[in-house]
Amino acid sequence: MSELTACERLDIIRHKGRPTALDYIPMIFDEFFEMHGDRLYGDDHAIMGGVASFKGIPVTVIAEVKGRNLAENQKCNFGMPHPEGYRKALRLAKQAEKFHRPVICLVDTAGAFCGVEAEQRGQGEAIARNIMEFMTLRTPVISIILGEGGSGGALALAVCDELAMLENASYTVISPRGFASILWKDSSREREACNVMKSTAEELTRLKVCDYIIAEADGGAHNDPQLTAENISDYISGALERKLQKGLDELIKGRYNKFRVVGEFEELPHSDNGSGLVPDEDVSEV
Amino acid sequence: MLEDLFSVVKVRFNGEKSDKPDGEKKDNKTDIPKGLLFKCPRCRCVTFEEEFEKNIKVCPQCNYHSRITARERLEITVDKGSFEEFDRDMISKNPIDFPDYDKKQQALREKTGLNDAVLTGKAKIRGEEIIIIVMDSNYMMASMGSVVGEKITRAIEYATANRLPVIAFTASGGARMQEGIVSLMQMAKTSGAVARHNEAGLLYIAVMTDPTTGGVTASFASLGDIIIAEPKVLIGFAGRRVIEGTIRQKLPDDFQSAEFMLENGFVDMIVERKKMRRVIAHLLKLHKPKEGTTE
Repeated sequence: MSELTACERLDIIRHKGRPTALDYIPMIFDEFFEMHGDRLYGDDHAIMGGVASFKGIPVTVIAEVKGRNLAENQKCNFGMPHPEGYRKALRLAKQAEKFHRPVICLVDTAGAFCGVEAEQRGQGEAIARNIMEFMTLRTPVISIILGEGGSGGALALAVCDELAMLENASYTVISPRGFASILWKDSSREREACNVMKSTAEELTRLKVCDYIIAEADGGAHNDPQLTAENISDYISGALERKLQKGLDELIKGRYNKFRVVGEFEELPHSDNGSGLVPDEDVSEV
Repeated sequence: MLEDLFSVVKVRFNGEKSDKPDGEKKDNKTDIPKGLLFKCPRCRCVTFEEEFEKNIKVCPQCNYHSRITARERLEITVDKGSFEEFDRDMISKNPIDFPDYDKKQQALREKTGLNDAVLTGKAKIRGEEIIIIVMDSNYMMASMGSVVGEKITRAIEYATANRLPVIAFTASGGARMQEGIVSLMQMAKTSGAVARHNEAGLLYIAVMTDPTTGGVTASFASLGDIIIAEPKVLIGFAGRRVIEGTIRQKLPDDFQSAEFMLENGFVDMIVERKKMRRVIAHLLKLHKPKEGTTE
């Protein structure tokens, strides 16, 4: 695997020829039947979902869709889902649970859409609901980050038994631009932010967030989409084999623990008043 | 997506500060001794601090429920002397080696007397035992990093194991940027704990206070069986300025307020601070498991 900086990888995943879920789905799955709508509000084209066959195994595929040209991008809102997209994803995940199909999520978004209507329809609630429901979904869930994994908009499809990332993909708490804007009040320091954030697959493996790294073609997936698709396909085969042999209770427990262990803190030795700091006794009578 | 949230919150609630280049403002002629007057960031009305305190830090003019510390919240919420704190010795490390993060935390710990942005523990409300979670916006805008995530998760896990209801007073600028992806994972961790508490058939009441935004709105704050909000507080997912930047127009004042969330169906009720304890006590009573039922 090549030694690239986070910044150089960002250029690769933003390459205009980078394959998207629209390219990969036909290369990886057979008989994909798309299912539309959340049954509550509408159909969000930023998230595509349906049933398909993976080497003979029925699976549910849920993917964040980035466009490959302006027309596609207008349709899919540049890959930034609205609440109805996440609710469609949840509906299809529940359907998968009912019919005992594994769920394969393909994550590729700069983030959930930020807009007036997204707020009115409860973007926060939709993401929160997905996170909670996926955590206890009684069927295997495999998530693969194809390009950008931006914030809660990515996490809503990444509560899973195994998280894999394409070699150059990133997974971040917020877009590098947003990071620079919040912390340094200067969104133009995006590239600097990129290197500070620890967003590459390798760094995320060290932080126990990413479980597998899937190799891309030399110089990036756009140089050979077919090869990259085969690598993804090989990964899915292995992951399904690992997860399908587990009992559901064990699987759910493992999923909970996967997230339960992330966090870095220390506990100071006990003193009489706990922390050893002066307790905040001086509270005004309210 | 939380771009500019912190500055937005500041502009919105401390309006004067941001556009005061050299400390001179023409409508601010007289020097007012600090701590004597409260100027409401919402309606700009001025109240004597004493009156404001007596009104439990609610603006007497517009009913804006201003921010209070976690200790103050406990004082007005739980039975006197009933609070037993959990994990008060937990402090954060620096998972992505963010420059000066340790130093900043050290300074804040000394300034606020808190070890991080949340207090958790066991307490009673009118004799009913509960697990209580209170976030404190004085500590890095109560952003959620490792410690906030871990303490909340442990508290909810304790509640599940001991079959207790959870009351969470949320306030947060969202995920803690300085801990990078680790902060994002706290959303999954806390929501997972809520999922288990939920599956055990136990009650979880979320009380959204000023401001509840970003990754906290997109995780445990939105997952209460019952969601209460204080009047006029800020509740939302994306930063206001980000949205204004996207749509290129100014948003109305009440956008992302408690009232806006109620109208759009994401909050069950708006409850004034002075009635909060009573309302929670009643709700707890209505959800009390029947004597003798096997669980």
